[in-house]
Amino acid sequence: MSLLEFNHVFFKNGDKTILRDLSVSIDAGDFVSIVGPSGSGKSTFLKLCCHLISPTGGTLTFHGQAIETIEATTLRKKIAYCFQTPYLFGERVLDNIAFPYVIRNTSVDHARVEALFSSFQMTTEYLQKDIKNLSGGEKQRIALIRSLLFTPEILLLDEVTSALDVTNTAIVEQVIASLHDKGMTVLWITHNPEQSRRHANKVLTIDNGEIRTLEAIR
Amino acid sequence: MNGSATIHVTSLLIASLLVAVTLFFSYWQKLKLEKETIISVIRAVVQLVAVGYILDFVFGYKNPAFTTLLLLFMTFNASYNAAKRGKTIKHGLTISFFSISAGTLVTLFILILSGIIKYEPNQMIPIGGMIISNAMVALGLCYKQITADFRHKRDEIETKLALGADPLRSSKEIIRDAIKTGMLPTIDSAKTLGIVSLPGMMTGLILAGTSPMEAIKYQIMVTFMLLSTTAIASFLSCYLAYRSFFNDRKQLINQK
Repeated sequence: MSLLEFNHVFFKNGDKTILRDLSVSIDAGDFVSIVGPSGSGKSTFLKLCCHLISPTGGTLTFHGQAIETIEATTLRKKIAYCFQTPYLFGERVLDNIAFPYVIRNTSVDHARVEALFSSFQMTTEYLQKDIKNLSGGEKQRIALIRSLLFTPEILLLDEVTSALDVTNTAIVEQVIASLHDKGMTVLWITHNPEQSRRHANKVLTIDNGEIRTLEAIR
Repeated sequence: MNGSATIHVTSLLIASLLVAVTLFFSYWQKLKLEKETIISVIRAVVQLVAVGYILDFVFGYKNPAFTTLLLLFMTFNASYNAAKRGKTIKHGLTISFFSISAGTLVTLFILILSGIIKYEPNQMIPIGGMIISNAMVALGLCYKQITADFRHKRDEIETKLALGADPLRSSKEIIRDAIKTGMLPTIDSAKTLGIVSLPGMMTGLILAGTSPMEAIKYQIMVTFMLLSTTAIASFLSCYLAYRSFFNDRKQLINQK
């Protein structure tokens, strides 16, 4: 059984069709790079995966179960979505790191936090920093840590390295590759052709709201 | 002023010469406000005379059910006006009616319980009017703020939803901001009472011959009641209104 399955999925926003007749299966452990021109519907595809929006036609299943029948917050805790432009809320980094624990009514696992900061080549001294004083790269790494605290089944990445420098990109790529090696399913939108093939086992090309190709490369 | 509570019609007619001052300035400075000034003065006089007759009738009709009906009518009108400020809020009228009613009910109950006022039309109608209109203004501000925030802070809300938060947790900061926006004018006006202006009720009592020390007691009561009604109404309306911005799949709805 596929982990995520799109079956003739459509998404319309008003009169405009963003995605049309999408059918694709994502298996557990896949690393799928999603490529295609800007405005082709890639971000909409990821938002459908974590049910931030619902298909206007067709069916979408997670572990064989129709996504509409799964409690939305439970689903989103299993499928993490990282935005292209990271949004950090509150005043300090700690507000962001504590949030996933607060919504689960549990106390912060300091060892877990420290391990994740370390994997992104940061220290927990960042926790007390004002979010206004962080660089774009630091913000994106913290947003990723925030999404990974409870080890999601699927990690959705929406051009997370597009605004990062070479060093930050390398750090993020390394962490994502290592999470994939440990079994996490990754769907990554990227505009960088090299990056799209470096770690992925499948490359999905979306153009004008339709799947052009699904290429297995490993 | 002769210290008495009665103003003769002749005195009012002489005072109406003050309108001529406005008309003179408008004519002299070519403001073209003469017509509007005359219309507004006529409207004010006609409306107030009508209200005077209505209140005279109502105050004489001591049936509590009638007073309650009037308060409900005032609440409905206030709710209707407040709801217009938040057209995207589903069930805006019901939410406003419930919030203003709850705020008014709690405040009036405490005032009656403390023995400050009695459930009589000449006390309930003016005090109810002050409370209800203040709550209406607060709700209008709350709705404006919450609607603007849900439009402009989509990234923040979607980020929190994506992390697995429910709509309430994702909107908490927005709800708090909206409640604050509704309450701040009442808090600010309480802060400046007596140092910026003598408020309406106190001024009225002093003009009617009440001693200033007695008048301030009423003003203190008014300050307390406005604060409590605004707090209750703003809190309830915002916590009920935020749901309008989400669908039953806990997704943020696209605002037009």
